[in-house]
Formats: sequence, C-alpha cells, structure tokens
Amino acid sequence: MIHFDNISKRYAEGRDALLNVNFELDAGEMAFLTGHSGAGKSTLLKLIMLIERPTRGKVSIGGKNLAKISDSQIPYLRRQIGVVFQNHQLLFDRSVFENVALPLQISGMPFKEQGRRVRAALDKVGLLDKENSNPLALSGGEQQRVGIARAVVNKPAILLADEPTGNLDPELSAEIMQLFQDFKSVGVSVLIATHDIALINSMRCPIMELSAGRLVRNEIEAKLGQDKGSY
Amino acid sequence: MARRESIKSATKNNQNSPSTKKVSGAKVSKVSSLNLLHAWWGHHKRSCRDSLQRLLKTPLQTLFTCLVIAIAIALPVGLFLGLQNAQQLGQGWQNSAQMSAFLKRGAKPLAIEKLQASLEKNQSIKSIEVISPVRALSEFQRYSGLGDVSLELDENPLPTVFIIQPAGTISQPDELSALKKAIASNSLVDSVQLDLGWLRRLNELLILGERFVIALASLLLVGVLLIIGNTLRLAIENRREEIVVTKMVGGTNGFVRRPFLYTGFWYGLGGGILAIFLLVVVGFWLAEPINNLISLYESQYSLKGFGIDTIGILLLGSAFLGWLGAWVAVTRHLRQVEPV
Repeated sequence: MIHFDNISKRYAEGRDALLNVNFELDAGEMAFLTGHSGAGKSTLLKLIMLIERPTRGKVSIGGKNLAKISDSQIPYLRRQIGVVFQNHQLLFDRSVFENVALPLQISGMPFKEQGRRVRAALDKVGLLDKENSNPLALSGGEQQRVGIARAVVNKPAILLADEPTGNLDPELSAEIMQLFQDFKSVGVSVLIATHDIALINSMRCPIMELSAGRLVRNEIEAKLGQDKGSY
Repeated sequence: MARRESIKSATKNNQNSPSTKKVSGAKVSKVSSLNLLHAWWGHHKRSCRDSLQRLLKTPLQTLFTCLVIAIAIALPVGLFLGLQNAQQLGQGWQNSAQMSAFLKRGAKPLAIEKLQASLEKNQSIKSIEVISPVRALSEFQRYSGLGDVSLELDENPLPTVFIIQPAGTISQPDELSALKKAIASNSLVDSVQLDLGWLRRLNELLILGERFVIALASLLLVGVLLIIGNTLRLAIENRREEIVVTKMVGGTNGFVRRPFLYTGFWYGLGGGILAIFLLVVVGFWLAEPINNLISLYESQYSLKGFGIDTIGILLLGSAFLGWLGAWVAVTRHLRQVEPV
C-alpha cells in the first residue's frame, strides 16, 4: 500500500532528512515508526501526504507513483489518507459533528449520507453523545478520538498518525491504540510515528526505526521476506 | 495478491470520475457527479452566507473597510459625473458659437442674395442672418453712443454682415475653423470672425480633466485592490488553522479559496452601496449652488446625475473589484499557508 523505494530527502538548506529509505507497508498492516526527534519521522509522513516530494527515489501509494501526481491532484490523493495529529488540529469554531464532517463536505458527499457516516465514525470512537459539543469542552483523550473519527470518516485506505498519544496518559493511549488495531483489522494500512517506547513494546507490531535519516531497523522487511516465500 | 490491492483511485478519483475501490474491507467514499455538482453549489451557497455572517459579526470593522472602499470609488465616479456635466455644458456653448462674415463693401445686392442662397445649401450651416449696412448703422447708432458722429458721415461705411449659425453637428474647434475657411474662400467675403480661442481652451481643459480623472481613478482602483488584499490577508491569517486542516483532509485550492472570494465580493458590494449613498448625499448638497450658478449664466442646462444603469454598473463593478482583490490576495497568501 505504501512503498518507499530508495528514498532520500534533502531540504533546501542542505540538511539530509532521509537517506536511502526502503520499506513496504501492505494493506491491513500496522507498523510503528520510531526514532529520536529530527530523525526524519515527520519528513517520511510528509512524503506520503505529498506535503514534500522526495529528492531521490520513488514513493508509491497503492501502486501509484506519487511523482506522477501533479500538484492539482494532491487533494484527491489526501482524501485516501486519514491523518491523526499529535495536537489533533480540531477547529474550535464548530461542533464535533462539523469537525468530523469536514472531509465529507470537501469530497462533496450528500448531507444525509454525511450524517450517517459522521455518526458511525463517532460511534466507533465512543463519542456519539458529544456530536453537538464544542471540541474545547472535551478532554484531551476525547479530542484525540474526535481527531481519529475525522481521519477515518472517509474510510481511507491508509491511516497515518503523528505522535497520536503524545499528550495522553498510558490508559488513554492504550484505548487509542486499540482503535488503530481495529482499523488495521478491517484492512486499513496504519503507520504510527511515535517515540513512546512503552507503548510500542505493549503492541505486537513491526517497528521501523529511523536514525539521522536512515532506516536502521525494519521489522516489516523481515516479516515480508517470510511472506514472500509463501507466494 | 489481495493485499496488494491498489488505490489507483487516489489520482483518478477526481470530480469527473469518482470511483469506488474496495481495499480489503475499507471502502473509499463513493460520490457521484451529480452529488459533486450539488455539493459544489451547496458550498458556494454556504461560503456566500458564512462570509457575510462573519463580516456582520464585526459590524464596525466591516463598515470602516467598506467606507474606505466607498470613498475610493465615490471620488473618481463623482469627478467623472462632474466632468460629464461640464462636457455637456461646454457642448451647449460650442453649439452657440456664431461666425460673422463681413462682405466686401462694393458687393451688389444680387450677388449677396446669391451668396446667401449658396451658403444656406451648405450642410454645415444651420441658418444665416443677414445684417444690411443700413440696419448695422442704426444698431451702431443705438448702442455705441456715437450716434451723432455717424450722422456726420456722408456715406455708410459698414459692410453687409452674415451672422452664420453652424449646424449642430459642427461643434469641434477644428470643424468650425474648417467651415470658417470655406466661407472666407468666397470672393465676396472680406473676412470671417470666429472666436475659437476660448473654445479651444475649454476643450483642452476638459481633455485635461478627463485624463486627471482617469489617472486618479486608476490609482484609487489599485488602492481598493490593496485595501481588500490587506484585509483578506488578515482574514487568512485568522483562519490559518482551518486552511491547514482543510488542505490536509483533501480540500482543493478552490474549496479553500471560495469563502475568501465571497468575503471580497461582500466588501466590494458594501463599498459600492456606500459609494452611491455618498454620491447622492454630496449631489444633493451641491445641486442648489450649482443650479444657481448655471442660472446666473442664463443657461437652460440642468444637472445630470446618475440613472439606474449607472448604479447597476457601479455595484457590479465594485463587487467584481472586491472579488478580484480577494483573488489576488488569496492566491498569493494561500501558497504560504501550507500544511507543515
């Protein structure tokens, strides 16, 4: 689903954010992306979202080479990808319902259908009773779950999360992780950037570790090698 | 290879060819073309309404911005209306331009009649009044106060004079002087008098006035664009987060731009309405002294204001100007508001 083929990214100021990164994450697979801050986690996520383009190498999403996607097509790519942010990026000038409905409004879904989808997503994260609240009135964990509902309301094939449990206590973090597991089990590719070691260790997911832009540990690769034998 | 199912639709799933792709249980949203059109229209309606509501939430700020735009629009429009009036007034004066053709003193009455008949056939001449030497002398005696002196003359020294009224189509100084030349070329005509000097000066003044108004209007239009651009830059800054989130979840530039374009549209329209209001108030205030002034010049001229068509053009123009200013500003600033 996500395929990085020998990717390097050098920023204009000459800093190498990623160097020769290779990995492949399949549909229905969940992996952690870890490393110190500045190791290149954010850059890697930005390349998938086409916020940045690689200096060298080829990124493919669902078999489609992102180099062939023009700037004007980027929005349509992003509609296939759900993103959960550390600071959840909710809009406080509108209700929880409207926050979650935003991706559907953008993609032009009929209003009735929007309501059904939004409620399904809110139900999934256990916030069905909060649809009319302002996000400001919610706790940190609840806000993060609204962010997740917004990320999945469009039923994306890929779910990216950037430090999704950064501000949450372990119990809430575990709840959020369970949600990600659930999406994985219905076939969504989930990639979670985090440096919460305790959290990573509590889950049985392959880990990719970045250090100074290089992928120094790639557990997906190993597993994929085993899989390939069975093909 | 089921796990390798692609989402090619990522790029194909544009507004014209929506598609559904099953990705191992996860369905990508399906949206039909008709729904898209409906949603597009819906977003227009919502952007239009929301942007107006946002402006009305800060009424004083909005009023001031609209007032600045209104002044920038009303000033050149008012000057232009004044200029138009002056031009029409000037045209009236030009139409009343007369020529006096002095005939040679020895001219025979029959030859004079023939000349009059031939000149009256000229398309450029509206009418000819013939003042015979006798009539001229009696008028001279009456008005000059030199009556007694002229009585002592044993011969009438005055020639026959044609007072020529040019046709209404002849009003430009150039055309008048051409006509003057044509009349003067006649062998019977001694000289033709036409005071073109003041007409030329008036004409040049009007041309100068027109250029001045155009230059001022251009500057003020740029000013309006800058005002709207700056106002929208602040609006974009205030809604930065919303723009970033919208872009992250797949909002196109058009979708992000739309509410701001409507904001510019409302500013422009508001400015246009206020501009008309300003012009009407100033017009009323000036009408009386101007009419008094005109009546002192014994002119039948009445002031021309603006009609419903001018109002329509003004409102459309100012709304378009607002939209354009917004478009320039938003296109420039949205590039800077990228998700990071």
